[in-house]
Amino acid sequence: MEDAQTLVVEYLPVVIFLGLAIAISLLFLVASSLLAPRKPDPEKLSAYECGFNAFDDARMKFDVRFYLVSILFIIFDLEVAFLFPWVFQVAEGNLPAFWSMMGFLGVLTIGFVYEWRRGALEWQ
Amino acid sequence: MDFLADINNAIPEAALAGFGLVGLLLGAIGGDRTAGLIRLLAAVALVAASVLTAYQFQHPGAADGIAAFASATSPDGLYRVTMFTLFAKTVTYALAALALLMSGGFLKTSQMERYEYPLLIVFGSLGAGLMLSANDLMTLYVGIETLSLSSYVLAAFRRDSLKSAEAGLKYFVLGALASGLLLYGSSLIYGFTGGTAYAVIAAAPISVGLTFGLVFVVCGLSFKASAAPFHIWTPDVYEGAPAPVVAFFSTAPKIAAVALLAHVMFVTFGPHEEAWRQIISIISAASMLIGAFGALMQNSIKRILAYSSISNVGFALIGVAAGVGNGAASVLVYMTLYVIATLGMFGGVLALRRGGRAIDNVSDLNGLVKQKPGMALGLLVLIFSVAGIPPAAGFWGKLQVFQAGLQADMTWLVLVGALSSVVSLGYYLRLVWAMFMKPSAGELDKTDISIGIIVLVTSLLMFPILTVTIQMLLETAARASGG
Amino acid sequence: MALIAFYILSTIVVLSALFVVAARNPVHSVLWLILAFFTSAGLLVLIGAEFLAMLLVVVYVGAVAVLFLFVVMMLDIDFAELKQGFQNYLVVGVLVALALLAEIGIVAAAATFGGGTTFNANPGAATNAEALSRVLYTDYLLLFQMSGIVLLVAMIGAIVLTLRARPTVKRQNIAQQTGRKRKDAVELKDVRPGQGI
Repeated sequence: MEDAQTLVVEYLPVVIFLGLAIAISLLFLVASSLLAPRKPDPEKLSAYECGFNAFDDARMKFDVRFYLVSILFIIFDLEVAFLFPWVFQVAEGNLPAFWSMMGFLGVLTIGFVYEWRRGALEWQ
Repeated sequence: MDFLADINNAIPEAALAGFGLVGLLLGAIGGDRTAGLIRLLAAVALVAASVLTAYQFQHPGAADGIAAFASATSPDGLYRVTMFTLFAKTVTYALAALALLMSGGFLKTSQMERYEYPLLIVFGSLGAGLMLSANDLMTLYVGIETLSLSSYVLAAFRRDSLKSAEAGLKYFVLGALASGLLLYGSSLIYGFTGGTAYAVIAAAPISVGLTFGLVFVVCGLSFKASAAPFHIWTPDVYEGAPAPVVAFFSTAPKIAAVALLAHVMFVTFGPHEEAWRQIISIISAASMLIGAFGALMQNSIKRILAYSSISNVGFALIGVAAGVGNGAASVLVYMTLYVIATLGMFGGVLALRRGGRAIDNVSDLNGLVKQKPGMALGLLVLIFSVAGIPPAAGFWGKLQVFQAGLQADMTWLVLVGALSSVVSLGYYLRLVWAMFMKPSAGELDKTDISIGIIVLVTSLLMFPILTVTIQMLLETAARASGG
Repeated sequence: MALIAFYILSTIVVLSALFVVAARNPVHSVLWLILAFFTSAGLLVLIGAEFLAMLLVVVYVGAVAVLFLFVVMMLDIDFAELKQGFQNYLVVGVLVALALLAEIGIVAAAATFGGGTTFNANPGAATNAEALSRVLYTDYLLLFQMSGIVLLVAMIGAIVLTLRARPTVKRQNIAQQTGRKRKDAVELKDVRPGQGI
């Protein structure tokens, strides 16, 4: 927690932004609960389905394919996260650092080829 | 931290990683038709890694003995080979190769022949090698994670089977918890010693935070070695996972995990021996007893073998509790003999098929001697060895750890060991009884030639006549831990 | 000032972590978890680890939390039913939690009174990211490469466990469609009157 003063100054826009965001969203919540008319009755609250009563819960299982896509996304997301600090070393002309990233990207590219050929990227 | 020195020590691991990548590319391009080819190549790569490690063992350049290392001052680097870990790595890679070779027939008949299977075994073995060669808690963690991730997937590899999926899920959830414990312990150690390198930790004075970190690390590692009280997952995973996968789990990662636990205790926490001796001996006693009593009521052969492995890890931990001077060699001898015999026993499990379907009940062994006398005799020797009955090789392993325990004045632990040996005879002899005394339970399928060879070779290795092998093993293990 | 911010943020972290466990609806649990991640990012900013804070937001809030939501929605579990067993394990759970809490307390006390080590988030560098880059791609190069392998294994695992070939599904092959020639599709027949084809 060094330089508390500079920290606050640096992050002042973020703090103001967060304050505004919270204030505005609270405003909408409070305003709608105060101003909107609310006269519930059983018919209004029941699930609406045309013509007949609902058979079962509206929730249903998500297909596992969504999960596959998102986990593949996370892997490449992490790959990108490694790229951020790397640029400092490239800017300094650190050659081993450059090639180590090439190796890392190479490994994941092989993984990419694998998932492509396996058909994991296709939405069948 | 010299990367080139690291990579020079890591040639076997680099070879495995390189093969994993090439194999993945090959499989991606060729499709599942190449699965059999990749399986063979993977076995060759694992054998090559084993040979390279053995070569390093024979020509120790950077390597030094575990005892010498424990007293050495501040050797830096993320990666370090000692004679102790080189020995363990050689056995790990060799057994992974054999487990892979043995799995061919099972994979084909149960439609699991996909090229990811051998690659996951290669990556898992790579993780095992990496965690053994760690010289820093971070390397240790990355290695363990590589091994664990591959293991979770392998456990659930037969994903259409409910039991296999359950095994994978249980293994994953509990394994993630164990990794969390390990990481929590590591961060405590980092906070209190100011470093994650083994040398820094070994040099740090003992403190409350370090002790807590040590206990958490021991918990996390015991889970990986399936020592009680972190053994709960073992029977379920062994029962649910496909048989060749269990053959892998109970051999290569098993010796790697036990050797890792020993190595971390001897090296990382070497000077803090008083802090961990108690907890390791309690874990050892609990594992031996739970393994012995737990198996008595089981009917599934895989579950019995799971409890047997818990109990055997307990025996090996006697050697760890005895300390580096007394017990290091005995841990290696015991685990090597145990995993070789286990590999052969799983050969028996894989061979036990009736009408193309794997069966897994003790009563299915009934009258095996009449149908396959060779297989039954081989299994007899292997069971005797795992049980530690005198003529077989396993007895010498047990003798070693017991001697180590006695030298370290841990008579009570040795007594617990002797008691659980006697109790465990109950289920080992039940298997023998079923094979030799019961009437036959029906025609069994033909055994794969690879499984036959492995059962033959392992049982020959465990055979008392070949005491030469034991003598060699004893000498090598002594060299591995002497310095 | 920074101390006040620290206390506010850590209170929010602890409370939202509590609500992750206590929330009845698992989707709400995930939302509380997101709040916990966000506030932890704020804590990281306070100690000067801005890059880690950004990673926490990008990776954990942006990706991991979404993954959690998928998982929650994928498991079609009646959570009210699941929680009925909660009472049975309450005693054991509370005991374990108390033991962990006591351990943390002892360690914290030891750290406060026994010294321990203090750390700097960006030693000798302008920013946290630069400080990380100085060691990550040089001293810890081996670990960096190995983490690539870990990610690869995770990728293989995800595909092995979830991807199913669906041979019955009919798919478009655009290259084949656009590459179709006239003669593949149209056949001209010279039909004589009164004879048919």
